[in-house]
Amino acid sequence: MENKQSSLMKRFMPLIIFAAMVALLAIGLTLNPREVPSPLIGKPAPVFELPLLFSEGSFSNEDLIGHVTLVNVWGSWCFACRQEHEVVKQMSRNGVRVIGLNYKDETADAKNWLAVLGNPYKVVAVDQDGRIAIDWGVYGAPETFLIDRKGIIRHKVIGPLSEKAKYDELMAVMQTLQE
Amino acid sequence: MYKFISILALAITLSFSPGAISAPIETFKFDSPETEKIFHKLSEELRCLVCQNQNIAESNADLAKDLRLEIYTMLSQGKTEDEIVDFMVQRYGDYVLYRPPFKPLTWVLWIGPVIIFVLGLIFVVRFMKSQNTVVAPESLSEEEIERIKNLHAQQGKK
Repeated sequence: MENKQSSLMKRFMPLIIFAAMVALLAIGLTLNPREVPSPLIGKPAPVFELPLLFSEGSFSNEDLIGHVTLVNVWGSWCFACRQEHEVVKQMSRNGVRVIGLNYKDETADAKNWLAVLGNPYKVVAVDQDGRIAIDWGVYGAPETFLIDRKGIIRHKVIGPLSEKAKYDELMAVMQTLQE
Repeated sequence: MYKFISILALAITLSFSPGAISAPIETFKFDSPETEKIFHKLSEELRCLVCQNQNIAESNADLAKDLRLEIYTMLSQGKTEDEIVDFMVQRYGDYVLYRPPFKPLTWVLWIGPVIIFVLGLIFVVRFMKSQNTVVAPESLSEEEIERIKNLHAQQGKK
């Protein structure tokens, strides 16, 4: 009886191994290789000070303290930023403090883009050469960082917020911060 | 089969050949050949995050250009190779390294292939052994011995 069972096992072993590999590869396929987890989660926002798009003065990491803030990295050249823009506007209308980080853009283009599509940002900080974005570990746009009242990065969304799963995940983390 | 093997051989050779890289044209001036060497080494070992399967040296992406400039600036400030690698890892994670460090999170990555190889080896050895036992002649039954004797006897008569 035992012998029969073990020979049955042997016969089905290749099938079992095959199934395990299929499962592993199937999981691998659903992951997005473009999403590189940020090592900055749980760490304070990098030190920076950037000029503003619409006025004199500057915005620095100090200005993040005391509020729950979204830092939205965008550029007028970035197609996916246009895609997510309605969602960013909606969030801003719902009272979320959204700061724009204008990434590697021309001032005139950026202003024009916001004039046409609407400006949801409390302020827009300008990182024209992308130097500060390197400190934030930005490697594309759009990217969105959630920062808590102490100025600590809590969550990062890579790609447009118009993707529901990403949006829901962000909102879930934000809810825990606002309590 | 031969075709497969030759393709495999080609792939292996290519993956080991030190990159036949024509870096995008940029002219950086270095104080010493050593610094230049470090620059090239670093920019070949760091992964371009936008294009993902190119290193920073090969990539034309804007970010890669920025990071090359960053490496160059840090080198001219007298930063060491390790300091620059730390700088990149702090911002982009171990992912930027083509050779990630050996730590609990990457154990599977480093040891996994060895484990799979050993398991495969065990499987092959066991499989070959089981094949052997099947092929090995079993001792003859009395009936068969009788038949052989008869055959010999018949041959003897001729």
